[in-house]
Amino acid sequence: MTTPIIKINNISKKYDITHQQGGYVALRDVITNAFKNPLKFAKHKAKKVLGRISKEEFWALKDINLTINKGEVIGIIGSNGAGKSTLLKILSQITFPTTGEIEINGRVASLLEVGTGFHPELTGRENIFLNGAIIGMTTKEIIKKFDQIIEFAGVQKFIDTPVKRYSSGMYVRLAFSVAAHMEPDVLLVDEVLAVGDTAFQKKCLGKMDEVTKTAGRTILFVSHNMEAVKNLCHKCVLLENGEIKMFDETEKVITRYLQNNPLTQDNTLKKRRDRKGGEKIRLTSFHVEDHDGKKVDAIRFGGKYSFCFGYESLDNQPINNLGCAFSINKDSNQLVFNWTKHTKQSFDAPPKGILKCQLKQKMPLGEGLYDLAVNLWAGDERVDYIHNLLTFEIKKGDFYNNGVYIKSPVHLEQDWSLNTG
Amino acid sequence: MKKKKTIIKPQKTFSFDDIREIWAYKDLLYYFTWRDIKVRYKQTAIGVLWALIQPVSTMIIFSVVFGNFAKIPSDGIPYPIFVYTGLLLWQFFSSSLGAVTSCLVGNQSIITKVYFPRLIIPLSATLTNLVDFAIASVILIIMMFYYGYVPNLLGILILPLLVLISFLAAFGIGLFFASLNVRYRDVRYALPFVMRIMMYVTPVIYPASMVGKYSKILAINPMTGVIKAARAALLGNAPINWLLLIISTAACMILVFFGLIYFKKTERIFADIV
Repeated sequence: MTTPIIKINNISKKYDITHQQGGYVALRDVITNAFKNPLKFAKHKAKKVLGRISKEEFWALKDINLTINKGEVIGIIGSNGAGKSTLLKILSQITFPTTGEIEINGRVASLLEVGTGFHPELTGRENIFLNGAIIGMTTKEIIKKFDQIIEFAGVQKFIDTPVKRYSSGMYVRLAFSVAAHMEPDVLLVDEVLAVGDTAFQKKCLGKMDEVTKTAGRTILFVSHNMEAVKNLCHKCVLLENGEIKMFDETEKVITRYLQNNPLTQDNTLKKRRDRKGGEKIRLTSFHVEDHDGKKVDAIRFGGKYSFCFGYESLDNQPINNLGCAFSINKDSNQLVFNWTKHTKQSFDAPPKGILKCQLKQKMPLGEGLYDLAVNLWAGDERVDYIHNLLTFEIKKGDFYNNGVYIKSPVHLEQDWSLNTG
Repeated sequence: MKKKKTIIKPQKTFSFDDIREIWAYKDLLYYFTWRDIKVRYKQTAIGVLWALIQPVSTMIIFSVVFGNFAKIPSDGIPYPIFVYTGLLLWQFFSSSLGAVTSCLVGNQSIITKVYFPRLIIPLSATLTNLVDFAIASVILIIMMFYYGYVPNLLGILILPLLVLISFLAAFGIGLFFASLNVRYRDVRYALPFVMRIMMYVTPVIYPASMVGKYSKILAINPMTGVIKAARAALLGNAPINWLLLIISTAACMILVFFGLIYFKKTERIFADIV
């Protein structure tokens, strides 16, 4: 018999963007501002009091309705900023919805990060108890599962060593292992499998699979890793701009999702909240061009491209030494290209414009899904940073224009010569 | 196992469910406290002795400066033990208040990642300081032997109550500051300065009898009643002033009440703005 275990009714979540911008407000900043520019400050205050400044509102989620039955494993997919994490955070009661109601019949545990609350100074043993308690296990449960936890993590030898001396792999294994052994009715998982090596990822997926099948547990799983979603989930929710676009069998939803091309979508970078900075100067758009300056809708292995980053200065002042740098991750966990400070070029730039980075080589990265992270600099100060700007696909390509599609994760263009004598 | 039902709604105010929930999470309260104590003295050479050094050295300095040089009266009690009784309670109060104020920001990586009753964090911050207080109390007992003071039975019975009042006062005011600190980090910088002023309007280094007719006003500060009663109970310099103690208790109840209301009101946005 199927019974609803989670009922989500008309959930919406609003953020005030002005609120978010400053990071945190310090009285000190307010005072220095007032002294630097007393007239402007007074005007601004007056406007604020009179309510003339329109707060930018941002609906991270709009009217979400969803019913999930016991034992179902539901994938939640969508492009960055679609509201996946917000939905999970509301379900796990970390943040509250603006409107609507959710009813959950059972014990909920959320795994938005592995090793929440791990303290570097404490030993593995101590951290198992601390972390277990944080994610909602009782001491009794932890003691019962203790041997299984260290065995699954494979850290028996180091159990009484402070975790600050662990390798990052060991750390993640131990952290996941604790989480994997709790027994909630509903488990909420966010992208946590993006850490750790591939072998361990497989082990975790296996464990989660086993858990749902034998214990009839309900899992909500957010991921960019389509393979993992396909393997694990029966059904999928596709979120787009805070709304549910589709709720159906996994295969169908993934196909639909991959049809959405992030390169041609309207850029909503201006309103993105998952950024660090953006108070003075903000990234506003991103697109890819070919070397003739035409926007492209697909990136191919071996093609020649320019990455174009739009920016604007919010106070309309020209910017000195503006520079941009980016990095690329494959399958959301494997760094394949990183910025360095040394390749950074900077410009004295007008308040608004586009920084264009022409890639001199042919695209050396092979078929697959990639994430882009972007940094914006003014002088030595990092003014804006978006970690997961977008996920794009590199399609297979005819690298040498000779009808041969090279199948390798990277390719370097070559020029051979023969030296005799 | 008992089925648990959760309803998630936009608004949430303080109710008795919160207390039940904290009870359900009592293990976590224990682990947080245990973590803070454990981590505090890890990788220090003399470890837990630090809990003694601070109050003892302050006591020595105060005895020399205020007792010897300034000749502040102490109701006929030797100045060192007089000031140490006050300092002990005051430092418990002020360091708890400081810890509670910064506890939400200090634990933000946990707050933004997992749900548990948020009140656990300030509670454990206060409990951690209670342990330091207990350690530093040993010195007071030694001093009482040395100076030959024997507390009366009522005095010993009233001590837990005094500690409880200090605990609640720090917790109540702290809840308010902690919520405020999430939004305005200024609180963290202003607090040490405010605390220093507060110490001088609390009879820590001077006897309350010096203030004369203003002592009723001072009583609104819960620590005044507590410190006065502690001296009366342990050192027998005066009878216990019950009226003063009642005013202090009432003041601290009001502080906890409003602290809780404000904390619960801002709780739902902690994760969004911290």
